Amino acid sequence: MSLSVNIHKELEDFTLNVQFETEGEMMALLGASGCGKSMTLKCIAGLETPDRGKIILNGRTLFDSDRRTNISPQRRRVGCLFQQYALFPNMTVRENLLAAARRLPKDRREAAVDEKLRSFRIEDTDKLYPRQLSGGQQQRAALARVFLSEPECLLLDEPFSALDSYLKWQTELELSELLRHFEGDVLLVTHDRNEAYRLCKTVCVLADGKSEEKVGVRDLMAEPRTVSAALISGCKNFSRVRRIDATHVQCLNWGVTLETSQEVSSICTYAGVRAHSLHIARSGEPNRFDARVVRVIDDAFSTILMLAPEGGNSMLRMELPKEEWALMRNPSMVLLGVAPEHVMTLSGEM
Amino acid sequence: MDWFPLLNSLRIAAISSVIVFFLGIAAAYYIAKLPRVAKGVLDVLLTLPLVLPPTVVGYLLLCVLGPRRIIGAWVLEKWGAKLVMQWWSAVFAVAVVTFPLMYRTARGAFESFDETLSDAGRTLGLSNTYIFWHVRMPCCRQGILAGAVLSFARALGEYGATSMIAGYTPGKTATISTEVYQLWRTGDDAAALRWVLVNIVISAVVLLAVNLLERNEGKHPAAHAQKHADGNARKRPPRKGGEKRPAANTRNKKEGKKK
Repeated sequence: MSLSVNIHKELEDFTLNVQFETEGEMMALLGASGCGKSMTLKCIAGLETPDRGKIILNGRTLFDSDRRTNISPQRRRVGCLFQQYALFPNMTVRENLLAAARRLPKDRREAAVDEKLRSFRIEDTDKLYPRQLSGGQQQRAALARVFLSEPECLLLDEPFSALDSYLKWQTELELSELLRHFEGDVLLVTHDRNEAYRLCKTVCVLADGKSEEKVGVRDLMAEPRTVSAALISGCKNFSRVRRIDATHVQCLNWGVTLETSQEVSSICTYAGVRAHSLHIARSGEPNRFDARVVRVIDDAFSTILMLAPEGGNSMLRMELPKEEWALMRNPSMVLLGVAPEHVMTLSGEM
Repeated sequence: MDWFPLLNSLRIAAISSVIVFFLGIAAAYYIAKLPRVAKGVLDVLLTLPLVLPPTVVGYLLLCVLGPRRIIGAWVLEKWGAKLVMQWWSAVFAVAVVTFPLMYRTARGAFESFDETLSDAGRTLGLSNTYIFWHVRMPCCRQGILAGAVLSFARALGEYGATSMIAGYTPGKTATISTEVYQLWRTGDDAAALRWVLVNIVISAVVLLAVNLLERNEGKHPAAHAQKHADGNARKRPPRKGGEKRPAANTRNKKEGKKK
């Protein structure tokens, strides 16, 4: 099971340049909205045509600009689960599934549909129209429909974006359960790093239409290598840096020099520090510096401090447990610390 | 009372409506896919008959269908049939005049169609023909039916272009509208009034049919599915025991769409 994508397409606002390969795993295509994620899916599904490149699914060439191959979406066997599920509103659930079963011989269609209705636990909705279903039922019906068309790989386009957080969790659990039996490659398009972390093994970050190297989700969270990867992984604090030696960088925006445990490469342009990696320093620690408390923001489960480091020109965001802040009695200055292993050295531009 | 004008009007309207139904839908479907400039030009050309005076349309039609004009002469030579001053000459006039109504309403209906449904169908392996007849047309049914009924109603009432191209021959090319004019011109006000009443009754029935159609459409479970899915973007608190209806269905973000 493998999907290899290498496409290039000029768009109105930016150029799409995406390259990755999967080997039967579930991969997340992670990026902010408008970065070309959906366009990438459409290109793979054959709904849009890239200007240049190659798409190969399980050894079958779906698109190749050099050989002028461009297989129609009908014959690609790429299943898509759309944001709003795209069930045909004029058909009942059963009719929706029957439409997708048209690849099968006529006498086997009804039985195949019955089987899917049962395994997706939507038997009792088969005579209902899509709008009469709950969000979870719609998702199951849409997924059952996709599976009836016997796809070789599956593309999920922000499948939970239409749901609120409680329902989102429910359908996410269900989806991962239903996908467990699917053999082929699965691509999850999302802007939610947590979703990617929970559901996928690997992740490919997309920023302004350009894809980065595929990495394991745990690596993305622990050691992002580029600014865009760090941004999407939720890092809040960035500073331009000047490399001093293999383990020290001078952070120009914060006016401090930090020690790192990661080796500083020569192409390093930024340092990143997560909001919860900052802590109130004790004496003797490395990487200590003074900062003025500019604002205190009370969040749902933590306190957010906006801090201006002495000698720096941009603010730092720090998150700490509410109780800890309560014990500190509103200081105007704090001594900050960050462990060398929490200083991320990044390449690329903002 | 000679009912020929009614019969003639009905058959002209019926034939032209069938022609215009398919032509209008085909034009709406294919023109929507064209590049912007071609779309703009064709749109103007095809909508022109809606705003031109019917006499201008009649004049232009005579310019091509007349027995000594390009198409008229060719048909006369080939089949020995004259295209003007026959009862079916009026079909040309009526079709041209009512075409924009069908085309415009069908295009409006197609434009509000959610293309994701078509995308979904294609990735499921459904042919474009299947998607057109089983998904796109049923979803756009209301708009398309409205267009068909409107163009039929307009066809029944067409006067200007019809009178120029089919003339008025009692028992041969007379329609309700030309009959009314002829009777009034010859001073037979009572007979004219009878036809006026017939005309009003037919038009009222057609409009009533449209209203009934729309009401039934409202009851149809599928009719409002899309509107519901798109409309209310408010969130409701979760119900007890699991799933509920999707509350906030936002429209698809059009991501980096190519020109």
